[in-house]
Amino acid sequence: MSELCELGIRAAQEGLAKGDFTSVDLVRSVIESYRRKNADIGAYLTFDEEMALKAAAENPGSVPIAVKDLINVAGQPCTCASKMLEGYVSPYDATVIKNMKAHGFIPAGRVNMDEFAMGSSTENSRLGRTRNPYDLERVPGGSSGGSAAAVGADMCIAALGTDTGGSIRQPASFCNCVGVKPSYGRVSRFGVTAFASSLDQVGPMTKSVEDAAILLGAIAGHDEMDGTTPRDAVPDYLKAMEGSSMKGVRLGVVREYEDAPGMDADVKRITREAIDRCERAGAEIVEISLPHSQYAMAVYYIIAPAEASANLARFDGVRYGHRSDMATDVFSLYTKSRAEGFGAEVKRRIIMGTYVLSSGYYDAYYGRAQKVRTLIKRDFDAAFEKVDAILTPCAPTPAFKAGELQDPLTMYLNDLFTIPSSLAGVCASSVPAGFAAGNLPVGVQFICGGFREDRLLAVSKAFEDLIKGE
Amino acid sequence: MEKLKIDVAYVAELARLELTDEEKAVFQPQLENIVKYVEKISSVDVDGVEPMMHGRELVNAFREDVVRPGMSTETALANAPKRVGDEFLLPKIVEGAES
Repeated sequence: MSELCELGIRAAQEGLAKGDFTSVDLVRSVIESYRRKNADIGAYLTFDEEMALKAAAENPGSVPIAVKDLINVAGQPCTCASKMLEGYVSPYDATVIKNMKAHGFIPAGRVNMDEFAMGSSTENSRLGRTRNPYDLERVPGGSSGGSAAAVGADMCIAALGTDTGGSIRQPASFCNCVGVKPSYGRVSRFGVTAFASSLDQVGPMTKSVEDAAILLGAIAGHDEMDGTTPRDAVPDYLKAMEGSSMKGVRLGVVREYEDAPGMDADVKRITREAIDRCERAGAEIVEISLPHSQYAMAVYYIIAPAEASANLARFDGVRYGHRSDMATDVFSLYTKSRAEGFGAEVKRRIIMGTYVLSSGYYDAYYGRAQKVRTLIKRDFDAAFEKVDAILTPCAPTPAFKAGELQDPLTMYLNDLFTIPSSLAGVCASSVPAGFAAGNLPVGVQFICGGFREDRLLAVSKAFEDLIKGE
Repeated sequence: MEKLKIDVAYVAELARLELTDEEKAVFQPQLENIVKYVEKISSVDVDGVEPMMHGRELVNAFREDVVRPGMSTETALANAPKRVGDEFLLPKIVEGAES
């Protein structure tokens, strides 16, 4: 190990406990990596070095975590990668930040993302470009592309991302890291800028499954500021992983995904090999069907924009955020401030969302989509009667080239495999599984039932052990 | 079902978004495509199916109704684009009123 920033959470905590180095040493190493690599990779939007060093000095034994730039940290910027929030300073800590601090972590650096978390390549960021550390011509995925690139390039120890339809898992797959999208309600959303409120979750993006378990355990739990978080105690995820093995695991493979449109041949091969590996290690492979998954993308691109259009209505140039200098009355204050503040993809989704919610169309689109969502959830309920976990590809392709996907609908297809589990509210992970042509990382997705992160992490760890053991 | 068609310029106005002519020209076919794509759900039989409103089944989350300290006026105004004293400054809303 040549540099401290190459460590993961577990190794950093062990080194700190043994007195091999201090938290300030860790932060210094991360800052050095940031200074050296950020011009090329662009993982971070901003890095308040002074604040991070001060926090490390005041909290001996703590580990720095890079934070996606839509999670509020008091006194820090929170731009959501939008011109709408340039210059905004957070008045308070999000609950995940409070929880994380209480468990020996400190926020260090703000990482890039697609504007308001809308996108699959981080190209929709209006404040900076992030490149894939494995091939600088390619995108890191999105929307948590800065988090994934920072982890993949050892520019941080670990990062927080958010996932609405795949925004943790797809970039994790593109940048060779582990990502966990917790079950809906497992982690508080208070202080996290809302995109689609019935889908958003914060989750860890890390260098190992064990690290993901540690960080998830630190941020998860009930929060009276988020009514969707149940009072149930958070299980000890590290303990749940102890002695984990593929032996006897009933692993579902989705029949309909075998010949999904746009599947890259290498991704297909790596997924096939992942299934074979699990079977050889003692998993029982069970073919399952998720018949309504074929409608998931359509349901998602009704529900998510609908909720986004409502959530982003708060940006009106009045209380915070960008205000146009060209406004002459209140109406033009709204329309011009929003026109100048939002980028193209955000505008498209606001228009789409407003359309599906508008009078006369509501029942045909939003109302119907919510019913189909029930059918998608029922498919998962039925599947988890027969299996412990489901294994699918994470994204249909490895990282693509910047500028390659121009059509919005084609870009949306990146989330083909991640959206169904998001709609069902269950938990899912992305775990590195191999490399495609050009040394591009490819992850596979594991899905478990709602609030079964214990099982998800155990299966993910068993898979990681298989991959690392070869 | 009657063929629905999105009128981007009109919907943008509902959403309080000013679009340039160029944006309208680009968004119109893109959004028509997206609307056409999502219409595939019209073929699903949803008779008798309850809508799923949220990521998990929710019950009301109550807490004691007690007064607690909130954000200070100064903190709440710290990010205001324009303010006068302890208030957000806005263009005139009501005709004839002082702005």
